[in-house]
Amino acid sequence: MSGNEALIRVENLQKHYNKGVIKALDGINTEIKKGEVVVVIGPSGSGKSTFLRCLNLLEVPTGGHIFFEGVDITDAKTDINVHRQRMGMVFQHFNLFPHMTILKNMTIAPMKLQGKSEAEATEMAMSLLRRVGLEDRANAYPSQLSGGQKQRIAIVRALCMQPEVMLFDEPTSALDPEMVGEVLEVMKQLAKENMTMVVVTHEMGFAREVGTRVMFMADGKQVEEGTPEEIFTDPKSERLQSFLAKVL
Amino acid sequence: MEGLQLWWEGIQKQFVMNFIADDRWKYLRDGLVVTLQLTFCAVLIGIVIGVVIAMIRSTHDKNINEMHKGLGSLILKFLNFIAKVYLTVIRGTPVVVQLMIMYYIILASSSSKLLVGTIAFGINSGAYVAEIVRSGIMSVDQGQFEAGRSLGFNYVQTMRYIIIPQALKTVLPTLANEFIVLLKETSVAGYIAMQDLTKGGDIIRGATFSPYMPLFAVALIYLAMVMFFTFLVNRLERRLRNSER
Repeated sequence: MSGNEALIRVENLQKHYNKGVIKALDGINTEIKKGEVVVVIGPSGSGKSTFLRCLNLLEVPTGGHIFFEGVDITDAKTDINVHRQRMGMVFQHFNLFPHMTILKNMTIAPMKLQGKSEAEATEMAMSLLRRVGLEDRANAYPSQLSGGQKQRIAIVRALCMQPEVMLFDEPTSALDPEMVGEVLEVMKQLAKENMTMVVVTHEMGFAREVGTRVMFMADGKQVEEGTPEEIFTDPKSERLQSFLAKVL
Repeated sequence: MEGLQLWWEGIQKQFVMNFIADDRWKYLRDGLVVTLQLTFCAVLIGIVIGVVIAMIRSTHDKNINEMHKGLGSLILKFLNFIAKVYLTVIRGTPVVVQLMIMYYIILASSSSKLLVGTIAFGINSGAYVAEIVRSGIMSVDQGQFEAGRSLGFNYVQTMRYIIIPQALKTVLPTLANEFIVLLKETSVAGYIAMQDLTKGGDIIRGATFSPYMPLFAVALIYLAMVMFFTFLVNRLERRLRNSER
């Protein structure tokens, strides 16, 4: 695959409920290139989370196509499990496995899915834990961590699979305000290392500072798309203008 | 005073006749061993059946609306149908009747009563365990499932490594209770001439023509076992609660 080709290409993506009465996604088209940080913003109910969850088929689209590394993952014949291993995902509510230690949370997928030895997987997990400053919590259980710590663990758990792209679904929305910073810091670090990221968030500061492209969604459609500069200082559509007036 | 002494002597005599003479206490001991064997083996079979049925039922309930029409959804619908029939029939008929059907009809050719009893009680218990485990699976947060799938685990792997361990942990006390219930239910094993604890007491009664001692002894042994296992379950429950925090 050549460097310029899109890592993810989305064509006319649709997600309808009740036989088309409710259109959560109504024809989304976009391309995400390697190293891009695409931030998706929009009012609640605009479909941004649905869009993100469609990218790894946690939500099954009712129409359109998604190509990941050139493969149409919406094709029923594609084994989505293989491709999901290359797409990390971070959830609003962390979703760490409460019955496993932090270390086990991080090593189980590489061991069971990539055939890594326990030593290999542990070594990688520990080096990632050091990067987020949580190596001393390796043997703790998720219930013993704070929200911010849990989310940092959730991020490095996904990184353990060495994904090509990271999907973030409102990663700071469930956090106490004083813990938002530590999570955003890890994400900024990740962006600096050229990780391809798609981030659904309400953190406009993050969108502005870290995003290479911002996508504004409303009513299941992408209303406006552009650099953070364009979106935040020169919004074209009325929807975006009124949205920004409320959140900024 | 004299009356009391006579009464006491009577009790001693009864005790000797029912338990000491001809080593009759051995009926109780051997019966107890059979009862425990039967209960332990049946509960193991019950758990295996129960987990499988619970997986089929919850997989069906969670996914059937989102699945593409095809062979997969057809198989799942069929399995779910079988599971529902099993649950309805087993929970809708008395265990004694199931036991006799198993002994006199389905496994009539088998020579081992213990085997027949184990299978019959295991199949019976499986229906109750299935509903317990299913409630456990349904109680695990959907986010756990999504986290597993998003890492690349397939459906079965997600169930095995992430959902089932959490579900079992939640329902462990209830499962242990099911074991206690089963322990008492096996007392009908005498219907297929198994010499369990209850039957052992009954044999003594038949030999001595004195009902009080053997029957109260049997009742006392059941009660002691149930109290002991209940004590263990309560401790287990406390332990689990503490580890959650």
